[in-house]
Amino acid sequence: MTTDPRTPPVDPEDLAALHTRLARAADANGLLEIAYREIDSPVGPLLLAATPRGVVRVAFAIEGFDAVLTDLATRLSPRVLRAPNRLEATAYELDGYFSGRRTAFDLPLDHALSSGFRARVQGHLTAIPYGETATYAQVAAALDNPKAIRAVGSACATNPLPILQPCHRVLRSDGSLGGYLGGLPAKEILLALEGR
Amino acid sequence: METMANTLPFERAVTEHGPRVLRVCRGILGTGADADDAWSETFLAALRAWPDLDPETHHEAWLVRVASRKCIDILRGRARRAIPIDILPERDSPPTPNESIWAHVARLPEKQRLAIAHHYYGGLPHTETAELIGSTPAAVRRAASDGLAALRRSLNPEDFV
Repeated sequence: MTTDPRTPPVDPEDLAALHTRLARAADANGLLEIAYREIDSPVGPLLLAATPRGVVRVAFAIEGFDAVLTDLATRLSPRVLRAPNRLEATAYELDGYFSGRRTAFDLPLDHALSSGFRARVQGHLTAIPYGETATYAQVAAALDNPKAIRAVGSACATNPLPILQPCHRVLRSDGSLGGYLGGLPAKEILLALEGR
Repeated sequence: METMANTLPFERAVTEHGPRVLRVCRGILGTGADADDAWSETFLAALRAWPDLDPETHHEAWLVRVASRKCIDILRGRARRAIPIDILPERDSPPTPNESIWAHVARLPEKQRLAIAHHYYGGLPHTETAELIGSTPAAVRRAASDGLAALRRSLNPEDFV
């Protein structure tokens, strides 16, 4: 076989080791503004992203991970790197949740992607306990804004931290599922996991 | 006029151009810690500059230029420390075709390695290489073609019998 000296091969393992080293150096130099990794879950692959302040985004595969990363780069910072270390605790707690051992999360969250009423709605979601549900109207009423049912719906649909901020526990008043940014099958799986 | 911000996730640049930058570093410095250091310093510097980078920038050529500067710094550092790189043991024996191509590249004279790394691995025109390494386009062109011919001979000796 003739080797073309103009394109010598580089070992993917060498590149992976260099990437790991880069992520560590970026973090040490305060340049790792958005670290991300992917994990497998019963609701399909999930993208997890964190700033130095906390978890900033959980995304479902149907959202398109490339689109989600571009959105983070545009809205927060383009210093985005695959760097699993920062998300180790998040991956661990999610694994506990999906295997039924964990009913609440104890993770620092960064709410940089939310503001205004949507941020209030999303912040309120953690008040709905594991295994229970609320209606969009109940959430609106709990925030002293009983007419804002549609706004609650759109706040849930744009929740940047699904599962951690459990918008899957919010249903329609007639008991039907309503919508879910991860797709309705994912909402059903999460509710079933919690015994609903 | 408002300047556009760079909104490309940096990870894409690492994935897309990481292999090419590693070829450039290894072409100039050989495989090993120096090339790894140059690669890491290149991407760390790029990450630092990333948010303010003009979105029109041709990322590949920009990264190769950054890598070139890092590698030449390391070469100069070696020269200052007077490490006799030209008498490394591996250079005493002629390369065999089965050795890694990098071992063959490492045996070329520095001028040829620089020309090949910038042009064939980095994709830069000879004029730009000449500016980066302080030479002339004609000399770089000659070094690239002599180096490539030497590599072909040592990699595929049966073709030259």
